[in-house]
This record gives sequence, structure tokens and C-alpha cells, in this order.
Amino acid sequence: MEELCTGLCSVLLESGADPGLALFLSLLVGVLLVSGVPLITVILLIWIERKVAARIQDRIGPNRVGPVGLLQTIADMIKLLSKEDITPTAADRVLYNAAPLVSFASVVLLWAVIPFTPFHFGVDLEIGALYFVAIASFGTLAIMAAGWASNNKYALLGAFRVVALLVSYEVPLVFALLVPVLLAGSMSLVDIVNAQNGMWFVVLSPLAFVIFYISSQAETGRAPFDLIEAESELVAGFNIEYSGMKFGMFFAAEFLHVFTNGIIMAILFFGGWMGPLYYESPLIAFAWLGAKGGLIYLTTLWLRNTVPRLRIDQIMAFNWKFLVPLSIANLIVVSFVLKALQELALVPRDLLSASFGELLPTTVVLLLFNGAMILYLLGILRKRGREARREPQNARAEFAQPASVAGH
Amino acid sequence: MELNAISIGFVVFTIFTLGGALGVVMTRNLFQGTIWLMVSLFGVAGYFVLLSAPFLAAVQILVYIGAIAILITFAVMLTRSIARIKERYIRTAPSFIGSLALFLILLLGVTIPIFGAHSPESIPEYVASTRDLGAALVDENGYVVPFLLASVLLTAAMIGAIFIARDERS
Repeated sequence: MEELCTGLCSVLLESGADPGLALFLSLLVGVLLVSGVPLITVILLIWIERKVAARIQDRIGPNRVGPVGLLQTIADMIKLLSKEDITPTAADRVLYNAAPLVSFASVVLLWAVIPFTPFHFGVDLEIGALYFVAIASFGTLAIMAAGWASNNKYALLGAFRVVALLVSYEVPLVFALLVPVLLAGSMSLVDIVNAQNGMWFVVLSPLAFVIFYISSQAETGRAPFDLIEAESELVAGFNIEYSGMKFGMFFAAEFLHVFTNGIIMAILFFGGWMGPLYYESPLIAFAWLGAKGGLIYLTTLWLRNTVPRLRIDQIMAFNWKFLVPLSIANLIVVSFVLKALQELALVPRDLLSASFGELLPTTVVLLLFNGAMILYLLGILRKRGREARREPQNARAEFAQPASVAGH
Repeated sequence: MELNAISIGFVVFTIFTLGGALGVVMTRNLFQGTIWLMVSLFGVAGYFVLLSAPFLAAVQILVYIGAIAILITFAVMLTRSIARIKERYIRTAPSFIGSLALFLILLLGVTIPIFGAHSPESIPEYVASTRDLGAALVDENGYVVPFLLASVLLTAAMIGAIFIARDERS
């Protein structure tokens, strides 16, 4: 009990509060702060997303409500809250109303393990990386429940496709996630950030980062994997029957999920709050994390607004025939090379205090192996592309019968 | 029992586990049944947290809720008329006696030390970490043989599934 009681809790104790109450109050403030950050951020994120999308499409975007349209989201929120709250007569009432809550909670819960600065994080779980994967699976559940509870064939079809997509892309995501865990020797996100003191993991294994980036783009349902809301095919998707703030919660959960994944990638591969002068003040460390996460977030927006949607069979074939084997091969290569380097005593025993120079041999060797793999892959892709271009008849036949690829 | 965070947690997770299990067998709607199953499995994950085994709790959620329950929902949705099942299971008396007998056997097995001591003192002071768990799986004095056997079994099942599902023409 005593070691838990620090900061605000000890202040309350000194002012004569009951120990249990003091601990409870300080934990409550911590929980409110950690869950408050994403809730406030999402208001700004929606504005950023709309502005970026508008600029890419050569429009101006929201610019009427408040300075440069900053208050547009708040106006939208008031509009959504004042809309009629419709539940279809034949819907499963409990599940229908619970699904948006679960969807939003599955994203907000991720923020509990995110290390904002060296000293500020919700909780340093020993199993942080696994927690991230486990909580994300609740999002899948929410989509399934929403699609079924709406009692609408388009919603159900949409949910089916999306859940197939989400479950499939979880496989390469987890295999890519294992690479930073392997390099840091710990699943705790705080330890993973600390282990990048000498060198960012993106340099040690760029391939793992690319796989993680692609799979998380699919996990959040963004183009080119935006089956989640295919308005041109299924009217909308799993959320077709939702109106008002319940629709708004699905919407906010998606936007927040994209940004959260940016932050997670910054932590796993770009050293989290590491950066010049981060030890001077927690605020600088926090700004580094925000800047890195924000940059990755902007690239996902860029990608989303540039590429068209793929067909479901293309998405599945790309995942199972390309991404999954690649991610497994990458994990095996990285672990063997790392073990060999450890046997040769080229890797420093303690990554937490290892400097740039000590890590240089490891970096060079791992980078060489990654480069070799990337070159080999590019060769394969080139060959496949040539074959596809040489036989346009076959490609057309495949388009007529997509079931042959999607599996039976 | 003294009232602290752990005992409150135990009561809450017990409500989840048993309530969810009751929901699975009571509901007439198959899809709602799978949701109740998830509630029950979530309660079990809570027990793992209370027993200081966060790794097992996360694996419980990831494997049982994230994978197996989702698979069951897929299977349920592919069956017809999941929401309007007319048939009733009417043999209430035999199933009541059977479940009561099973419960009594379990209760006796837990309370009476037939299979070794069950005193509260037997819980070790040292809480094993995830690192210990991983080491025990590959340690030759630990569980390396069962671990390898399970891996071979799973691989065999996977290859068998691929073989059965494979298209004859290709």
C-alpha cells in the first residue's frame, strides 16, 4: 500500500485524510487524467483530419465556426447530441446500445499503458504489449455486436467483412509487435522506450515497422483497407442503423484509434518520449512523443486520402499470402541474428544504459539483414507485377470469379 | 472475509463468471448466448488478475474473447434462425440432478484434501513473473516436453485442416 502512495496521495495523507481514501482519490485523478487526454484530443483530431483531407482534395475544409474552423467539431457534437436517438424496432436493444460504448472504450483503454513521459503513465504493466493486442480485440467484438444487433442485412454483411479483415490483419500486427518486444527483452512499453536510448528500433528493424504500419492501417479500417465503411457498396457498413451520438461514438473511436496507433508506433519504433533535452522537463518529453505520434498520424491521413479501396479478396490475399509469411520470416531472422550476435558478445547486456557506439555493430548487422530481405521482397513483387501485366486475360478471369481467391 | 479491494473484485468477477454462465444456458437466442459466454470468460480473466497473473489474464482475453468467441459468433451467424428457436429442452429434472451432483463432487474435491493439501498456507510468497513463465516453458526441468508436444499437436491439426479444406483441382 505504501509504495503505491506517492505524489498527490502523500499530500492528502499529510493533510490528515484516511489512507484508503487518499489512495483512492489519487488513483481516481490519475484515471481521469489518462482517459481525459484521448477524449480531449479526439475533438482536435476530427478537425485535423477534415482539414488534411480537404487540402489533399484541393478544398479548404471547415473554416466557418471559430478561428480557422476550430470549433466545427463542437458544433457537430451539439448537432449529434440533439438528433433523435433511433433504435430500430427489431433490433436487439441491449447489444445495440452497448456496442458503441464498447467500441469507444476499447480505444480509450489503450491509453492506460502509454508512457507519456519518463515519469507519467497510467500503469507500467509487465505485459503492456500483450495488453495492447488483447484490448484491441474488444473493438472487433463491438463491430460484430453492432452489425448483428442492428437487424439489417447491410449491417450484418458489413460486420462480417470487417471482422474477417480485422482478425486476419491481427496476425501480422502481432508478429511485427514481437520484434520490438524481442529487441527490448520486455513487453512493458516503458521498458521498450527505455531500451531505445541508444538506437531507435525502426533503424534496427525497418521491415517490422512497415508491417506494423500496414496492419494497423487495416486494423483502423483506413484506405486502402476501408471496408469498414464502404458507402459505395454497402450503403455504409456495420453502423448503418446508428444515428445521433451513438454513431458519433463509432466515428470518434475510429478517429482516436488512428491517432492512438500513431502514438503506439512512436513508442514501439521511434523511441517514444526520447529526443534532445527530454530529461530537462517532462513537458519536453511529452512534446517529443506527441510530435512523433502526430507525424506518423499525418502520414496515415495522407495515405488514406490518396489510395483507392481494395477488393475484399485482394485484401485477404495480400494479408495471408504476403504479409503473414513475411512477418513470420522477419521475426525468425531477427531472433536468429540477435541470438548469434549475443553469442558473439556484440550486443550490450543492458540495453537501458547502452550508448549509440555500443549498439553500432548490432544496428549495422540487423540493418544489413533487413536490407537483404527488403531487396529480395522487391524482386518478388517485381516478378509478380510483370506476370500480372503479361497475362491480362487471367487477371480479368480472376475478377469475374473472386471466390477462387477469397477461399471457400 | 475482510472487505478490501481484492474481495470486492472477487465478488464482482464471480458475478460476471457465474452470471455469464447462467446467461449462456438460459437464453433462447444463440447470438446472445455467445455474448454471455464472453462475459463469463471476461470474469475468469479477472480472476487471473486477482491471482497476480496478468499474462494469463491478457492471454485469456486475447485467445478466448478475441479469437475463440469471435469464431463461435461466425459459426452461429452461419446457422439459420438464430434468434427464434422453438424447440425447448424439457428434461429439467435429470439435468438438475446431474448438475447438482457435479457441483457437489467439485465442492468436495476442493474442500476435502483428497488430492493433496489445500491449506491457504500452500500459496507461495514469491509471485512468478512473465519471465519465469517463459523460462519454465523452455527449461528442460520445466515444461519443455509438454510444450513441444502441444506445439506438434497444433501443427498437425493445422496441416490436417489445410489438407481437408484444400481445393481438389489445385
